[in-house]
Order: sequence, then C-alpha cells, then structure tokens
Amino acid sequence: MPLLQVKNMTHYFGGLRAVHRYNLEIEPGQIRALIGPNGAGKTTVFNLITGIHHPSEGSVILEGENIVGLRPHQIASRGLGRTFQNLRLWRHMSVLEHVKMARYSRLTYGLTGAFFGTPKRNREEEALEVTALELLEMVGAGGIAHQNVLQLPYGAQRRVEMARALATEPKVLFLDEPTAGMNPEELLQMMEIIRLIHKKMGVAIFLIEHRLKVVMELCHSIQTLVFGEVIAEGNPLEIQNNPKVIDAYLGQDMVE
Amino acid sequence: MTSKTNNIWRTRLKRFTAPIPLLGWLLGALGAVILEHVAGDPFSELLGLPKIPVLFGALVMLKKPLLIPSVFFYVLVIYGMPLALVSRWCAKPANWASAHMLHFSKPFSVLIHLALLYAVLHAWSDLSAYRLLTLKFTLIAVMLTLSLNVINGYMGEFSCSHPGFMALGAYVASTFSLSLFVNDRLFGEALLPAGLGPFLFPVGLILGGLVAALGALLVAIPSFRTRGDYLAIISLAFMFIVKSLFENLEIVGGPRGMGSQPNWANLPTVFVWTVLCVWIINNFVQSTMGKALNAVRDDETAADAMTVNTRKTKMVGFLFAAFWAGVAGGLFAHVLRYINPGTFGIQRLAEMLAMVYFGGLNSVYGSIMGAVSLSLLSEALRPLEILKWIIIPLLLILVMIFRPTGLIAFREFNVGNLIKPKKTTRIED
Repeated sequence: MPLLQVKNMTHYFGGLRAVHRYNLEIEPGQIRALIGPNGAGKTTVFNLITGIHHPSEGSVILEGENIVGLRPHQIASRGLGRTFQNLRLWRHMSVLEHVKMARYSRLTYGLTGAFFGTPKRNREEEALEVTALELLEMVGAGGIAHQNVLQLPYGAQRRVEMARALATEPKVLFLDEPTAGMNPEELLQMMEIIRLIHKKMGVAIFLIEHRLKVVMELCHSIQTLVFGEVIAEGNPLEIQNNPKVIDAYLGQDMVE
Repeated sequence: MTSKTNNIWRTRLKRFTAPIPLLGWLLGALGAVILEHVAGDPFSELLGLPKIPVLFGALVMLKKPLLIPSVFFYVLVIYGMPLALVSRWCAKPANWASAHMLHFSKPFSVLIHLALLYAVLHAWSDLSAYRLLTLKFTLIAVMLTLSLNVINGYMGEFSCSHPGFMALGAYVASTFSLSLFVNDRLFGEALLPAGLGPFLFPVGLILGGLVAALGALLVAIPSFRTRGDYLAIISLAFMFIVKSLFENLEIVGGPRGMGSQPNWANLPTVFVWTVLCVWIINNFVQSTMGKALNAVRDDETAADAMTVNTRKTKMVGFLFAAFWAGVAGGLFAHVLRYINPGTFGIQRLAEMLAMVYFGGLNSVYGSIMGAVSLSLLSEALRPLEILKWIIIPLLLILVMIFRPTGLIAFREFNVGNLIKPKKTTRIED
C-alpha cells in the first residue's frame, strides 16, 4: 500500500475546474515532482492535499485513512508537512521560535503548563529547543537561530521554512517551489539540503519545481500538470522526451 | 554644543546607574518613602506647601503655579536624593545579595523583590487616601491593559468588548459578596457569616472572571470565523449589550447601580492579584503555546499548516483575556465600592485602548508602562478638567506618529534579567 494515495481528486473554484481527476501515489522514501506551466493548478493540488481547500470530489488517503475534510493542522500533525511558494513566515518571531512552533501538536504540557510555568513545561520547552536547533543545524541555519526572520536574506528564509516544515515530523514533505527566486549558488545549496534531509530522515518528498536541473537530478518520478489535468507521468528521461510535455511548455511547433 | 553637554550628562548618568541592580533601586525607593514618612510634613510646611504633594506635586503645580519651585525642591530632596544616594550606596551589597539570592533560588529572589516593591507601595500610599485609591486603580489598569494586550497585541485582533467583560466580572463579584455576606437592600439578609467573606473573596473574583469568559465565548463563536473588522464590530456591540442589560436588570439595581460592597479589596489583595495576573499572562505568552497567538496573527494559513490548532488558539487567547478583565472588574467594584452600568461605557474602552497602544503592543513591559503612565497622568492632569482630554489624545497621536506600535512594543518580559545583579564594569575616565 502506498504511503499517500490521491484518487480521482477534482476541484472547482465556482464554475472553474481547477483540478480534474488527479491521481497520485507516493511510496515511502520517494522523491516526486509536479511540473507544469504557470496556472496549471500545481499549488492548488498541494492546497487540496494539505487541507487548505477541500476537494469537490475524490479522496486523499494517508496510510490507509481518508483525510479529506480534516483541518490543515490535523493533516499536518498526521504527517504532511509543507513549505509555501511565497514564503509564509511569521514576521515578529525569531528563527528558533518558528521551528519550535511547528511542534505545537506535540506539546503535552497543556494550558496548566502554559499558565503556571510548571517544571514539566520547562523541561519540554528545553527539549523542544534542542530539537529545533538540531534541525536548524541540518539545514545550515544554526547560526541564525536567534535572529528575527525578516532580517534574513531570502535564501536563509527558505531554509527556515524548510526546517519549520521538518519540525512537524512529516512522512511526506511538500515543497512548493523550493528554489524559486534563488541564484545558482543558492540553488545548489538548496538541492544539497533536499538530498540531505531525504537521506537523513528518509522522508518522502513531493515538490513543485520549474527548474529542470532540480527535477532531473533529484526526482524519481515526475508528473506534468496542464490545465488541472495530468498529461504525462514517468521518470525524468521519459518526461523530457514526451511530445505532449514539450508541446505544453513550448507550443506545437517545437514538436515537429 | 548643547548636544555634546547633553551627551556628557547622559554618559555620567549611565555610569552612575550602571552598577545598580533592581534590588538597589527598590532599596532606594524604600529610603525615599521612609524619608517622606519622617520628614514629609515638616519639610513641605517649610517650603510653604499646603500639604505633602500627593502625586509628586503635579496637582499643586497645576493649581498654584507659584509653588512650582517648592514642589521641584520637595521632589528632589524627598524622592530624588534618597533614590540616587541610597541605591548607589547600596549597589555593592545589593549586587552581592542579588547574586546570592538568585543562586539560592529564583522564586525566592522574585518573592523578595516583590515584597520590597510592596513595602515601597504600601509606605507611599499610606500617607494619603487619595494616593491609595490612585494606586489601586493603577494596579487594576495594569491588569486590564495587559489582558487587552493579549487580544489586541499578541493575537492581533481588535476587540472592543473589554469594558463589557469588566462589567460582567464586577457585577458577578459584587452580587457574590453582597448577597452572601452583607445585609443589602437588593439581596436582603446575609446568607453566610460576614467573617468568612474576605476568605471567599477570591472565589467571587474567579467566578466573575469565568462569567466574563463565558461572555467572551458568545462574542467569539460568531466572530472568529472571520478576521479583522468583524470582531471589532461584534465586540463593540457586545459591550453595549452588556451595558444595557445591566441597565435593565432591576435585580442588580438597574441604572442606579449597586453600592456598599465590602471593603475587601485592600492594597495587598489588589497587589497580589495584579502580580498573579502579570505572572500568568507572562508565562502564557512566552510559552510555545502562547506564541501560537503570534503565529496566528502573522500568518494564519502557515500556522495551520504547522500543526497549530488555530481555532483553539484564538479561543483560548480571547477567553483568557476576558477572564482577567472579569477579575479586574471584580476588584474594581470592591475598590470603588459602587458600580453602575455607566462606568463600563465607551470612555473606559477608550482609556484601555489608549493604555495598550501607548505602552506598546505585544509587550508585558509596554502594558505595565502604558497603564501606569496614563493612569498617573490622567490623575495628575485632573485640575485641567476638560483640557486633559486634549492633552492625552495629543500624546497618543504623537506616539502613533513616532512609534506606531507603542513605546515598548515587542519586547519580552524577562524576570531573570530583571532581578539579576549588575556586573560592575569599571569605566576608565
């Protein structure tokens, strides 16, 4: 049984059909990519799976359980972590607080601990800090733990988002354009980080990406989405030579 | 030239105050209030003042400008000198004591500091009933401001229902003490012996807080499905509903209100509740669970995707703040010993909002600072009558222009840092 399975997912925004009969299977430890032209509905697919929108039809099954209709935080604590295309960081919080926050659902001290500062809470918060620092270290952001996120350069902000998503202990990590807006150097670093977390944590990764280099080098399997429909699926080489994909990206003339 | 001399004075002042820990300042303040006890009356007579200046002379200065030099001299001699000298002389032993106490146990050290603070406040307010009343209202204002800051600052919503919550707390606590322990015109014979009252007073306050939280639930259910303006409007409506509810409830006195609450809210009680409030709210907002409020404020979608239960977080924050407003309302009723629905109207809301935004959003320091400074200022400017309501708003506008988030915004209240000894670094001339 696959780790995550999406069956016949369709979604309408009013009269607009954004996603049509979308299917996906992710096995543990796989790296898959979702590519497609702008406006194809890639981010919508992400939002549908992680519960920000609820699909009009179809099911999303995580480890044998249908998660459609659950709220995003419930889905996240069940093991679907994600980053966002346009960074969504909390502007008044430090880097360390970001990563600690992502472990909210694992806090056990409850309101009593929060109100009265019980020893249990202190222990838990300290343990949380250690975990958070380890994660930050892993994505190469250990040195900036106590800075405010807004003061950081763009690449570092991306890393913080990555560490934050990892802190939710995802089984499948959804990365929405992890290298968007990066220069070639940052791009290589980010690819290295993705490889590293894949190796160290064994997490399955599903990413939206525009850069062929990233997709070709990292992914085991690629889906191409055009106007909300998957037109091609396969390994990087197959996709690269698929006439439909070339058509979608470059137009009819290039195929001939 | 002036800025240069200014700088010199500033570095001198810094050098003078640098080695003084909080303990030293408290000792200095204690010295000042003791001196006032001993020499306040004869000294003010000597300076030609009618009596000791109650609020550092602000009232006298506005009423009789001719006495301004005397007042300045009084404040300098009675407060300024001992504060500076005692705290400076005590700096070394105070540092030593702070270090040892902190080493022994942090809670112990905190308690000692609080005891000293209480001693200072007690001795200061002992000299005049007006001072005592002002002090109590200031402490209550701290509670209200801080709890409102949880909603408007930490959570980033704009709630206007705080006077409503306060009214709920005030009425419930008053009903509790009047019906159970006092022979009252509204509720008849006392049901329990009056001697029990002061011990059960906290129960009444907590009950008031809980009812306020229940009221908050009523506001939260319809308004938390959306964000922004809706809560502001619904909460404003809630405030008016509560007000007219009490105006029409004859059982609690209708528009005439209820009076003669027993005098249980003495200074120690108010002080302890204020400290409790600050302590608990500060604990909450510094925990990851409380920081979730900030996460929800800054980006709710992201918070949700990072496992934060946003609905619960907002609900807890809102109800928690309302609870403290209720408790503060209960204390308020027992300090003033008379409440009527008109007390909890739009003017009180304006005062609270002013304190929150003046002091600083998202900050415990800011709330304390805002509440204390605006309470004292509004008392001090009382002789100006209507002009007061021009000066205070002007001040607010200036703060909004130059520091849009308030004077001390987004700063964490760190008790450990506050009470630790100061390192004495020798600065070479």
